[in-house]
Amino acid sequence: MEAFGLLLHGFAVLLTWKTLVLMMVGLVLGIFVGVLPGLGGPNGVAILLPLTFTMDPTSAIVMLSCIYWGALFGGAITSILFNIPGEAWSVATTFDGYPMAQQGRAAEALTAAFTSSFIGSLVAVLLITFLAPMISSFALKFGPPEFFAVYLLTFCSFVGLGREARHKTVISMSLGLLLAGVGMDTVSGQLRMTFGSAELLRGINFLVAVIGLFGISEILLTMEERLALRGHAASISLRVVLGVWKDLPKYWMTLLRSSFIGCWLGITPGGAIAASFMGYNLAKRFAKDPESFGKGRIEGVFAPETAAHASGTSALLPMLALGIPGSGTAAILLGGLMVWGLNPGPLLFVEHKDFVWGLIASMYLGNVVGLVLVLTTVPIFASILRVPFAAVAPMIVVSCAIGAYAIQNAMFDIWLMLGFGLVGYVFKKIGIPLAPFTLALVLGNRAEDAFRLSMIGSGGDLKVFWSNGLVGSITTLAIVLLFWPVIDGLLARVGRTRRTRTADAPTPPSRP
Amino acid sequence: MSQTDLEIVVDDPTAPEDNSPSLASTHAVEIIVCLLLLALAATLGYDNWRTGASWDSTGPEPGYFPFYLSLVLGGGSLYGLIAALAARRKASETFVTRAQARRVMAVFVPTLLFCLVTQFLGLYVASFLLIAGFMRLVGKIALWKSLLTAFLFTAVMFVTFDMAFDVIMPKGPLEAAFGY
Repeated sequence: MEAFGLLLHGFAVLLTWKTLVLMMVGLVLGIFVGVLPGLGGPNGVAILLPLTFTMDPTSAIVMLSCIYWGALFGGAITSILFNIPGEAWSVATTFDGYPMAQQGRAAEALTAAFTSSFIGSLVAVLLITFLAPMISSFALKFGPPEFFAVYLLTFCSFVGLGREARHKTVISMSLGLLLAGVGMDTVSGQLRMTFGSAELLRGINFLVAVIGLFGISEILLTMEERLALRGHAASISLRVVLGVWKDLPKYWMTLLRSSFIGCWLGITPGGAIAASFMGYNLAKRFAKDPESFGKGRIEGVFAPETAAHASGTSALLPMLALGIPGSGTAAILLGGLMVWGLNPGPLLFVEHKDFVWGLIASMYLGNVVGLVLVLTTVPIFASILRVPFAAVAPMIVVSCAIGAYAIQNAMFDIWLMLGFGLVGYVFKKIGIPLAPFTLALVLGNRAEDAFRLSMIGSGGDLKVFWSNGLVGSITTLAIVLLFWPVIDGLLARVGRTRRTRTADAPTPPSRP
Repeated sequence: MSQTDLEIVVDDPTAPEDNSPSLASTHAVEIIVCLLLLALAATLGYDNWRTGASWDSTGPEPGYFPFYLSLVLGGGSLYGLIAALAARRKASETFVTRAQARRVMAVFVPTLLFCLVTQFLGLYVASFLLIAGFMRLVGKIALWKSLLTAFLFTAVMFVTFDMAFDVIMPKGPLEAAFGY
């Protein structure tokens, strides 16, 4: 068990007072941003990223990932107590969590949510521990064509499998890829799309864009809504916690099913939202009395929370092993890696063992500490909501500006952040998804470099993308996924005509 | 510790009214955005064509990738434009109501001013002014509370970033007077 030994080494790296303190700070800050209205995982990580710029990479990633775990835990608090989902994937938690709080079982619901988050992440971390080193050592054999094929696969799966209108995903992604190309061309050294501006020479920094798109725009969106809220305050007693834990084995099937769904969907891009709903719906379908769901059933909290956290955590697997983020937050962490001077990709496991295993160990430790922390401090965090938004909003704006400036010490970046804030606000309101944009902006240059290096290697022959079984099947899969809606439609039509012919009766369409 | 079931209630006195008239429809905004993106695609496409977007002996030239991406962006926005124009006749959703726009502007304008002030007076002065001003004028919070919060937050930021973490922020005449 090589992985096990390395993991122990990771714990050794982690167990210093400094990292443990950073971990606690990260968790508290994370829960804080998770509870605050209008902020959540990706926003919190983006805004707090500059805090880590001067740390060594291991401390930085430990703190940052703890902010992320904290934000995930914090999201559950508002969903259950106030019926306000902090994130899209907490929506399913409100279905049964809020009714439970109304019945005076808030403590029970919160314990269930935190515990199942913990279990979901734990399963996903176990998966990462054993699968990521294998994938990365396999990927070490990849050359530029293979990497380009994997990038292509990521981009195509967004377009083909996304929920938004196809052309909006395409707009968002091509815009991201274009903006990634602004500045000096890494292969030829020529300037592109700078229009003679010295400021654009540096290129458009990914993190500046993210802080604007997620931080500033979220403040604008939050202000639009009525910010009044009304909910339950709850404190959790040890008796309730033990009571819920004693019943856990009864729900092993729900927990296992949701963990599995979460891990599977988390590795594919943008899966956490789908995972939480799917976890909830499957738990409902397999239950003996489905109609009791939505009225305060504890399984209705277990199922979506486990799935959401399993997928949120396993989204880090492709980021660590291949350098391809599986979620918006993973993309921001990837941007962080680059700031700290690490090169994401399979080599990370070889060149920066301390960093990778420190991170994986921090996932275990962060989740345990996080669980204890949220269980004991819920009343304090719930009362954060009493702080008026008029005080919180300007502080977030200032934090965003500090973050944007700190990346390259450029005043221009603060203006860029403001611009991206407006763009993000408008895009969100007209349904242009931001995740493909984020992903394209962070991966754009790497994808282009991989493409052009393959072209130099092959003398400009596109057949290199089908030159061996591996790269050929990835490229083909990418193209299939790109046209998946068309193919799926054709398959459904063929299936329907065949069925009507055999059954000789009209069948309802199989897809909703 | 017994389980308490206190209520947490937070009011929002300046909330936007629900019956506020619509200021812009989603379709109108979609059309404008698509036109802007189309213009952007054309500009970037032209610039990349100028840089060189053909295929030479070693593979694509620097402008090759971005040139075709601008074509994709242009195509996508053109499709969006046509789709939005075609759907225009149907009942259109509201993009933003007047009351909502007022609230959004109440954040956006101060943020814009904050950026301007940062450019000339440094980030910390701007931060103090933004927080105090916003809390007092938009949030209608007592003056002493606003000033105190703004001062404390700015001071904590200064100590954290400029002193503890060595992340240097833009500074102006005030900091210079104190020797920073």
